[in-house]
Amino acid sequence: MIAIAARGPVIPNFGGRTSSFSCERANRLFCSDWVSRNWGTVLWPALRQHIILTLIAVSVGFMISTALALVAYRRNWLERPVLIVTSILYTIPSLALFELLEPVPGLGLSRATAEVALVSYTLLIMFRNTLTGLREVPADVRDAAAGMGMGPTQSLLRVELPLALPAIIAGVRIATVTVISLATVASLIDNEGLGAPILNAISNDVFKTELIVAGAMAVGLALGADGLLVILQRALTPWTRASAA
Amino acid sequence: MLLGRMQRRRKALQKTHANYAGASDGRLSWPELHGEAAAEPKRAAPAPPRCAGISYRTGTFFAKPDTVSVLSRQNSAHHKGPSAFPQAATLELRGVSKRYPGQREAAIVDLSLSVGAGEVCVLVGPSGSGKTTAMRLINRMIPLSGGDILLGGRSVLEREPNELRREIGYVIQQVGLFPHQTVAENIATVPRLVGSDRGWVSRRVHDLLELIGMDPEQIASRYPAQLSGGQRQRVGVARALAADPPLMLMDEPFGAIDPITRARLQDEFLRLQERVRKTVVFVTHDIDEAIKMGDRIAILREGGRLAQYDTPARILTSPADRFVAEFVGADRALKCLGLATLADIELLAPDGRETGTERVQLTATVRDALSQLIAAGGGPLTVVNERDEVAGIVTLEMLGGLLGNGELGRSQAASIPEAAA
Repeated sequence: MIAIAARGPVIPNFGGRTSSFSCERANRLFCSDWVSRNWGTVLWPALRQHIILTLIAVSVGFMISTALALVAYRRNWLERPVLIVTSILYTIPSLALFELLEPVPGLGLSRATAEVALVSYTLLIMFRNTLTGLREVPADVRDAAAGMGMGPTQSLLRVELPLALPAIIAGVRIATVTVISLATVASLIDNEGLGAPILNAISNDVFKTELIVAGAMAVGLALGADGLLVILQRALTPWTRASAA
Repeated sequence: MLLGRMQRRRKALQKTHANYAGASDGRLSWPELHGEAAAEPKRAAPAPPRCAGISYRTGTFFAKPDTVSVLSRQNSAHHKGPSAFPQAATLELRGVSKRYPGQREAAIVDLSLSVGAGEVCVLVGPSGSGKTTAMRLINRMIPLSGGDILLGGRSVLEREPNELRREIGYVIQQVGLFPHQTVAENIATVPRLVGSDRGWVSRRVHDLLELIGMDPEQIASRYPAQLSGGQRQRVGVARALAADPPLMLMDEPFGAIDPITRARLQDEFLRLQERVRKTVVFVTHDIDEAIKMGDRIAILREGGRLAQYDTPARILTSPADRFVAEFVGADRALKCLGLATLADIELLAPDGRETGTERVQLTATVRDALSQLIAAGGGPLTVVNERDEVAGIVTLEMLGGLLGNGELGRSQAASIPEAAA
């Protein structure tokens, strides 16, 4: 990490260290002045970048893993190879993966590299959840759908996917929180998102406000995104809350 | 005795055809829809079988105006959706066989039977007799290995499977309601699949819920998880009826329900069937249910062979072989009595003994009356009608006489042929 961080130009100076204000000079752990002065220039752009990074990674990962899960749902033999590949991707240490992707032509130190790495971490979670959700649709429900004259696609769209939604959304929730956390590390590559001020603070021995604020924002973002997804799930799956009258 | 109340199980089958042929409101009937000549009327009913001295009426059904199905009323005003469907169609299995790949034994061997329009045909047999397989061959949920199945005179093999299935009501033991859809959405499944007009569908859902005795205001917006087992099964039946299919397939529909609710659902279904008059293929392993529900019963033995296909009364009085006799049970004389109600038999005239004795409803089965007589120590029972007026008297001697002059008993048991090898 230090080796990458030491590349120098990757990590810009966010201005915190050069400030001549009293709080910073006193090297306090947390300076609210600094936060308010740098919100518009440092923290807010970092948060926005972080959200964009996450949205892209989760959306692309969702599309790939859902497509894989749908195919594996129909062709069972595909499940094992997909699981093996996505598990390997999932277990590669994130730093190592960023290092591995960096020399790939066309990627380099770009947002694309970061996204490739982030997407690869979402695949296992969402693939497995979606496939399990589809497989757990009760056999009698599937039988009734076919017996009433639904073709495989109609049954999938009208019955199986809606019933798998709770599991699918649960997968999206875990993937989203994982990506929000990993995206801070991805700043090593593309130098954006909430990871940038954190790295900046790490390279600065004394002043920790950036680290604390950006870290707290990442946690808040994760909690907020998770909460939004819970609300989405409640809106999309009202039947799950219907209990015996 | 023949002028008594119609016994629901002994209904004649012409009514469907009468309704059908008389449908002059512009809608197509099944044969017209499928470019065929009108189905020939049911053959003359066979001589009434005698069971414990009781002969059953198999005469013409006296159609009452209120029994004309709500379904036809619904249909007449609409040109879209399932309105062109008839109410019932004949079903014929011709030499049907099924062999699953990789299995030596066939699941069904040369099964032939025909079901008249509006009849309830019960497939019954021990497990492994292929009764569910036979049912699922009809809507092509399982592909046929040999033979042919004709629905309304037309081979199901000519039909696109999904199109065929939308015209066949389908009820399974676990119901298979869609948990993510409300009751109304569940019932609307097939009409929506065939693209029926939305307004029509919502009226239809409303009518069907009323037909199955549920309050649409209360039930329509509930999810299946909010219903009891019995309610779920009723909704399952309503869903199967939604597109007014000419045929209903029911696979142990009341199998997973407690005995008391099951009996009530059976009665409800029979009442419903009197109104909607569908051709029904009903699968069960329970011979009592078969006797109660069936106009005809097909008893299958292991290996998918048809042992006997006959009316409940004849299955009980003259089992084709030892297998059928054993399957029906040693108490088949009593079961036979369960087929008739007190309204079906000649009662003794009131002679003053009716005061101070126990009462029994005219609608009770002879079997229940016998049980009550034994419980009452053999004394006479007073039979009363629904207005609580005395209709007659029934005694143990008299019921014994009914049993004695029937073809039941020792002589019958002795004449059962040996089961075919």
